[in-house]
Amino acid sequence: MSASLIYTIITISSIGITAAVILYFTARKFYVYEDPRIDDVEEALPAANCGGCGFAGCRAFAEAIVKDNSLDNKFCPVGGNDTMKSVANIMGLVAEQKAPRTAVVRCNGTCEHRPKTNQFEGATTCAIMSMSYGGDTACSYGCLGCGDCTTVCDFDAIHMNPETGLPEVDDDKCVACGACVDACPKSLIELRKQMPKHRKIYISCRNEDKGGPAKKACSVACIGCGKCEKECKFEAITIANNLAFIDSDKCKLCRKCAPVCPTNAIQELNFPPRKVKPVVEETTKEA
Amino acid sequence: MLKTFKIGGVHPAENKLSAHKAVEQLPLPKTATIMVAQHIGAPSKVIVQRGDEVKVGQIIAQSAGFVSTNIHSSVSGKVMKIDTVVDSSGYKKNAIVINVVGDEWDESIDRSTELVTDTDLDAKAITDKILAAGIVGLGGATFPTHVKLSPPPGMKAEVLLINGVECEPYLTADHRLMLEKGDELMVGTKILMKALNVNRAAIGIENNKPDAIKHLKELAKKYEGIEICPLKVQYPQGGEKQLIKAVIGREVPSGALPIAVGAVVNNVGTALATYEAIIKNKPLIERIVTVTGKSVANPSNFMVRIGTPTSQLIEAAGGLPDDTAKIISGGPMMGKAVSNIEVPVTKGTSGILIIKEEEGHRKPMQNCIRCGRCVSVCPMGLEPFLLMTLSEKNTWDKSEEERVMDCIECGSCSYTCPANRPLLDHIRYGKMTVGGIIRTRK
Repeated sequence: MSASLIYTIITISSIGITAAVILYFTARKFYVYEDPRIDDVEEALPAANCGGCGFAGCRAFAEAIVKDNSLDNKFCPVGGNDTMKSVANIMGLVAEQKAPRTAVVRCNGTCEHRPKTNQFEGATTCAIMSMSYGGDTACSYGCLGCGDCTTVCDFDAIHMNPETGLPEVDDDKCVACGACVDACPKSLIELRKQMPKHRKIYISCRNEDKGGPAKKACSVACIGCGKCEKECKFEAITIANNLAFIDSDKCKLCRKCAPVCPTNAIQELNFPPRKVKPVVEETTKEA
Repeated sequence: MLKTFKIGGVHPAENKLSAHKAVEQLPLPKTATIMVAQHIGAPSKVIVQRGDEVKVGQIIAQSAGFVSTNIHSSVSGKVMKIDTVVDSSGYKKNAIVINVVGDEWDESIDRSTELVTDTDLDAKAITDKILAAGIVGLGGATFPTHVKLSPPPGMKAEVLLINGVECEPYLTADHRLMLEKGDELMVGTKILMKALNVNRAAIGIENNKPDAIKHLKELAKKYEGIEICPLKVQYPQGGEKQLIKAVIGREVPSGALPIAVGAVVNNVGTALATYEAIIKNKPLIERIVTVTGKSVANPSNFMVRIGTPTSQLIEAAGGLPDDTAKIISGGPMMGKAVSNIEVPVTKGTSGILIIKEEEGHRKPMQNCIRCGRCVSVCPMGLEPFLLMTLSEKNTWDKSEEERVMDCIECGSCSYTCPANRPLLDHIRYGKMTVGGIIRTRK
């Protein structure tokens, strides 16, 4: 073995040893104590970093939980109650149980129902279109169809349907993080209580115009007539600004409101076909 | 060598089709739809009720705050309804709809055309009267004029600039005004000078209007302190900051108002409205609107009462051509396509431009080729390609650092982009969002 090789090995090793010693003492000197529970909590979270909890990511959420040492107003919509339970175990707290939610798009203005009155040529994002003008139909409340909600979704849970030009939520994938709710400039997306078998019944319209102009712009617009409000036995339906709203926390899925709607603005999804009435009987008995 | 601004700028085809057409009075509409928010700032407060009889020039909505102004009835008749109507943006806004009956003017308005060259009002009284008459900047931005005439404490105006540039292609309303109402314009300028307590005023006119320059130069001999400043044709010279740079060579600092360099800019239309308000007691109830376009049978300039539906203007200019792709309110560079032909004329409507099918569509967008043309034409020295990317990625803090709020939305970047990228759309969105963030910070 030549001498130069030995010198090289000795030099490099001594540099390594010196650096290790310096690093060891530096690390001791500048050591920052971090609650080990932050790591544990972060481990328990789904690591989706979607921001659905209202924090900048899972780590920020974990830090906030440990710092506040409470779970008030903190909920991970992606992990749901199971995740919150394991977080609560780590923290020695009790998690508040929340009903899982799911997103619905409150517009049914397909090309057929809502004819286009003009053409938009600007940058194709809903945000810019909404800033520029009311939209390419006579309804200035409805879906613009550029798909801002689909681009923000981290879970691949919302897609534009090319036939209708409207977004559709994939219930199995939706975790109710709320990204699409914030992205929609028309506030069409609502998080509603998840019902058994993903059944949904909601007013598929946000048009606050009076009945005449609303109906003229879109054949399936809610005209605020109030028939559904009268029909509902559970006080789940309220009318404000010429627009009905079904409160998903009060709704018992009895489906009585849908047939009375003169414009078919009430959307029923994932229900068995009518006439087969198990759902209706069950829920009315419970009530 | 003619004066102009130094950074950026483009020169689109001028197409001043209606420059030789004298201003015609448009007949009264059957119903006038007067929007409640016609200016920048707080919407006015409606003070009439359904069924009220109103006269021409009667105040129907009152100023609601400092940056706000009065709105007057432009017609006589009965208030039919106070309701929301679809405005040019397609959204519903509050408006007062008046059923026109006859043409009965308020008694205080002097309808004679006799020229009066002086007023005995002092500066404060002039500013108050301008507010009372509901005068806003008629160049298109509709900023209430009385606010411009009230410099913030510690600032003093040194020079008044009158904007007769009309750099937008197609539009000729200001051109005709300078030719036909030159004397009134000069007196209006004198009144504005008195209100600001300055003894120097300059009227900037691009040299594609040699007749207007010659006419006003002749008149300027009679009026002390007013100079006529011919300018090289370049868009967007009509921008406030560009005009100041071009005429007096001063640069308005980023984020500051023109008053920071001692300048106040008003449009020629505003100067005329000032004359009429102070001397003739006539509030802002009508304005000149150019109706033009290559396919229009008879491109014209009309004196139009505020609230007249656009369709009536188009009808008067020879009707809507069959191959119309777009109807634009304003000029081709900064105007906005209207989504409804019945939208009423407001204080800010300077033109109605009809674009043919073959010219009326954007070309498909391609990738940015980094040619830097948008940077070289930006009159504010910004980097539009960068601002667009930042806006697309929602990085608002960086957008603010890159001075997105300095953008004057002239559209030179989108006009010049060889890849047809919608730069201005994204920058406008960035401005709106960053503006919102800045407001919440205060």
